[in-house]
Amino acid sequence: MNLLELKNISKIYGDVKALQNINLSVGQGEWIAIMGPSGSGKTTMMNIIGCMDKPSIGSVILDGTDISKESSKKLTALRRDKIGLIFQQFHLINYLTALENVMAAQYYHSIQDEKEALEALSRVGLADRAKHLPSQLSGGEQQRVCIARALINYPMLILADEPTGNLDEANEAIVLDIFKSLHKEGSAIVVVTHDPEVAQESERTVILEHGKISKIKDNNKSEALC
Amino acid sequence: MKMKRYAFYLKMVTSSLIRRRSRMFVALLAVAVGATILSGLITIYYDIPRQMGKEFRSYGANLIFIPSEDKSYMDADSLKKAVSYLSPDDIVGVTPYRYKTVKINEQPFMAAGADLAQAAKTSPFWYVSGRWPQKEGEALIGQEVADIIRLNAGSQFFITGMTANNKPFKRGFTVSGIVQTGGSEEAFIFMSLADFENMAGGDNAIDIAECSVSVSAAELDRVSKIINENVEGVTARPVKRISESEGTVLKKLQSLVYLVTVVILLLTMICVATTMMAAVAERRREIGLKKALGATNAAIVAEFIGEDVFLGIFGGLLGAAFGFVFAQAVSINVFARSITFQPLLAPITVFASIIITAAACFIPVRRAAEIDPAIVLRGE
Ligand SMILES: Nc1ncnc2c1ncn2[C@@H]1O[C@H](COP(=O)(O)OP(=O)(O)O)[C@@H](O)[C@H]1O
Ligand SMILES: [Mg+2]
Repeated sequence: MNLLELKNISKIYGDVKALQNINLSVGQGEWIAIMGPSGSGKTTMMNIIGCMDKPSIGSVILDGTDISKESSKKLTALRRDKIGLIFQQFHLINYLTALENVMAAQYYHSIQDEKEALEALSRVGLADRAKHLPSQLSGGEQQRVCIARALINYPMLILADEPTGNLDEANEAIVLDIFKSLHKEGSAIVVVTHDPEVAQESERTVILEHGKISKIKDNNKSEALC
Repeated sequence: MKMKRYAFYLKMVTSSLIRRRSRMFVALLAVAVGATILSGLITIYYDIPRQMGKEFRSYGANLIFIPSEDKSYMDADSLKKAVSYLSPDDIVGVTPYRYKTVKINEQPFMAAGADLAQAAKTSPFWYVSGRWPQKEGEALIGQEVADIIRLNAGSQFFITGMTANNKPFKRGFTVSGIVQTGGSEEAFIFMSLADFENMAGGDNAIDIAECSVSVSAAELDRVSKIINENVEGVTARPVKRISESEGTVLKKLQSLVYLVTVVILLLTMICVATTMMAAVAERRREIGLKKALGATNAAIVAEFIGEDVFLGIFGGLLGAAFGFVFAQAVSINVFARSITFQPLLAPITVFASIIITAAACFIPVRRAAEIDPAIVLRGE
């Protein structure tokens, strides 16, 4: 069974067709990159996959559940249990330390565990920054905290909307390395990016244009990973 | 495990308060100002009877003791017993009087022997030109008496009459002062009880006692009843004219303050609600983020309510303290008297602040919880 299936979905805002007739499936542990010009519907698609929005038409099946039919309460639960989110802007809760930000995700999920949260931070190389507030961290560090937070509840699917868009090259490399190792461990990843280098690391690259999939490119990675 | 979850909740709430303190300060100020005015007004509301009670006492006695129907006078011990039913703190003054018809230059007048120091307290409205009697043989005469027999302060005069044992007497007095009251007292000649006894004889026999007590009309009625049941030979009678008009004035004043308090309460709630609404609007993105992380609406509401409870506690404590200062300032400026601190009012103010803050926030927070998490990815 595929982890995620988008069946003929469209999203219409007034007279703007943000997405039109999208069909896409993501397998367990698969890494997919989404590329496309600005306004092509990438974020709209991520919001739908991330259970934060519903399509106007079509169905989205995440791990066997059709989310287009669920209540927003159920969507919150699905998002919490199955998805790790990483944003382009480093969205951290500004009055909580790095460690507390990670623990907040645990808290909303089930029960916070400081040791585990610290491990997640050291995984992204930030063990020594645990007690820092977001304002005391660099952009790259903040993004890494977001990644630690995204993976703290062992999501089946990591969604990242332009995670390296605001980072310098050094930090981009660090983030990419983390993604690679997550992928190796079996997490499915959907990443929106403008960066061909980032896209190159994925197994398939989906190109969006005017709300439609114009091309799906196979990056021949599956064999290399095995 | 439950406990641990609770601890993290507290940590988030307190971190939000402490690390966003410059923002929280505005909300705290709104709560504290509201709490200050409320607790101040409530203090004044409850202190008005006490304050005004003292104010009212300048209108004179509101309770008189007279002999029971079967007696022609009261003895000093019965009077003492009657007075003992009043709380000493409430008593402004008790003045025993004795009266006798006497003659000056063959014209009839009423002579009154009184505890003059007490009379000054029970009848503070008396206007004395000259001074109150201080030495033996001095008398205070009413304006009418002075007019009729043409006496001035310092003049000498003689009083003649019959003693209690029907023996004639004649005694000389010096006028120490002339009293104006606007009432029947202006036809009297006042002297000390000792002088009166020396002159007319008969001791411990009191005709009437005037009493000024700072309690409400209802309380006065209650105590009077008790005295009438328990003290032989003495009838206590509240001066209805005074005590009831006092009650009316009090009721009007209190309902005025009550009205103002209710209006301020509403204004406070509106002010706090507006501040909170702004605070919530400012945190839309944070709320969206939390929801994107899987926070339920209930979790979001709980966090905000937690912050509001803390705001209510701190605002309430500040309000209780400043409210007393405020009430004190009002009391000193309006009544020229200080106010007593009501310890019970502090917890009440804090509790009310919490309730008001939470109530004021409830709607904006409920709406905030409905924020669409999709705004986070959109970077709105
Ligand atoms: N909430 C919305 N209301 C109306 N139009 C929207 C909304 N969100 C996105 N759009 C429109 O949908 C289109 C796709 O937007 P988006 O998914 O953000 O594109 P991308 O992320 O690829 O830049 C754009 O034309 C955008 O203006
Ligand atoms: Mg976008």
